[in-house]
Amino acid sequence: MTSLPQPGAKKLGLVIDLDTCVGCQACATNCKEWNTSGHMGPLPDQHPYSAGQEGVWFNRVHSYEAGDGEAGRTVHFPRSCLHCETPACVTVCPTGASYKRAEDGIVLVNTDMCIGCQLCAWACPYGAREFDEDQGVMKKCTLCIDRIYNEEIPEARRVPACVSTCPANARHFGDLGDPDSDVSKLVAERGGFELMPELGYKPVNRYLPPRRAPKVDAGPPKDAGPLPSQITNPLLRWVDKVLSR
Amino acid sequence: MNPAPSIVFFTVCSGAGYGLLFWLGLLRFFGLVPANPGFGVAACGLALVMVMFGLLSSTAHLGRPERAWRALSQWRSSWLSREGVAAVVTFAPAGLLLLALAADNEALARPMGLLSAAGAAITVYCTGMIYASLKTIRQWHHPLVVPGYLLFGAFSGAVLLALIAAFWGAAAVPAGIAAVLGACAFLLKRLYWSSVDGGRPVATMESATGLGFIGTVRPLDPPHTETNYLLREMAFRIARVHAARLRRIAALAGFAAPALLMLLVFLAGGVVGGVLAVAAVALATAGLLAERWLMFAEATHTVSLYYGVPDRR
Repeated sequence: MTSLPQPGAKKLGLVIDLDTCVGCQACATNCKEWNTSGHMGPLPDQHPYSAGQEGVWFNRVHSYEAGDGEAGRTVHFPRSCLHCETPACVTVCPTGASYKRAEDGIVLVNTDMCIGCQLCAWACPYGAREFDEDQGVMKKCTLCIDRIYNEEIPEARRVPACVSTCPANARHFGDLGDPDSDVSKLVAERGGFELMPELGYKPVNRYLPPRRAPKVDAGPPKDAGPLPSQITNPLLRWVDKVLSR
Repeated sequence: MNPAPSIVFFTVCSGAGYGLLFWLGLLRFFGLVPANPGFGVAACGLALVMVMFGLLSSTAHLGRPERAWRALSQWRSSWLSREGVAAVVTFAPAGLLLLALAADNEALARPMGLLSAAGAAITVYCTGMIYASLKTIRQWHHPLVVPGYLLFGAFSGAVLLALIAAFWGAAAVPAGIAAVLGACAFLLKRLYWSSVDGGRPVATMESATGLGFIGTVRPLDPPHTETNYLLREMAFRIARVHAARLRRIAALAGFAAPALLMLLVFLAGGVVGGVLAVAAVALATAGLLAERWLMFAEATHTVSLYYGVPDRR
């Protein structure tokens, strides 16, 4: 059923800190590694060992420059499914393969029902869906549904693969529908924002803005005079030493 | 957007087929085209062949065509599903219309003609809404897109009906309609182009990344060095000089010239009219293919913002 379910209280999602992300691509790599044998796997590659290699990835890390001069920043920007509250990718699906889970808000594709019309990829403004040309079906981020509920792995590791691997702790996972959750508090504290709010799909994932650079006092440098080693006359060096006390 | 040949061909071919079915059903009800069974079967048969050919072509775009039947299930939310349902449902009165025409059963042909016309209009409306409902592509999410699909289908259908009617020496009514619709289509497309050219992008690189509070945003490093599905499918770019030339071909060959030829068919009739109608069909087909190709090639998707491909206009 591609009609949206009644909105539930639980909204699982990611909070990505653009201040600490170093653009190392570990999240994208571990995502590919886990998910190629996961719930929506495989994530095929075309021409993997020659020119023109490309493949299905659920997470892509862009790098941007924002602003100019001293105020300018280099920002690394991981982009993946935002698990929108009102996702058009779900409602446009003609088959019911695309669906949003009522219990936790995760947006998934049933690849056994998908006909590969690709209309969902056209409807998603964020480029979160990539077509598997081998299987002829659409694929997307599952929020690692096969990790977060997986009782076979230790509880501390029941987070999406991208979150577990981030060396800069720039990725956080939790319930953004609960105002008292750690992720909701983090968003409130840091002024987390959503992407392209003007399109009205109400993404669940939030991004934390890069912190502003501290103001540097740009006054003229103080005249420190010559260094002791630069004074060649031993008498004057002694005078300098006494006066400098 | 990537102009996939299967979709370009599908929308032009089935659009003309539904237009032909629409005008046959409607004009026959009012007795404005020949009641002759030969004419009816030729027109209705051609319409159904074009519709089926178009729908088959559209399944070539699917990754799993054998599952196409599943697309009929989600008509509550999906315009693509509604289009599929409308297309399948329309086959019922259209099939009966063909049988009634072949059997010369006037009592059945008249109501089935009206129902077929309604089904054809609803199906093409759904086709237009598939595109018009996508907020991610401003050139499609435009108030003139659905009227365009309806008008271009009605126009190309009327041109086809005029060609068939010319063989029975009765091309005047469909040719007159086609001349008016062609002029309207020409004006609508010109209006649409000037509107989208001056339109504002739905989003910017600043709102896509949320980094606008720092300043203007520009791409530094892409996430991948080779191309990918997103870039091939949604960041298709056409040289501006080609776009301008193709727009002239679409407007002149697709609408203006066939409209003028239809006016001549309306006035002249006879063998000359038949020859002119053949030329009009050929021109309209070429022009409409160019128009539909541009409809995709000139459309910009918000995902291209992440790759620093600006909205060109």
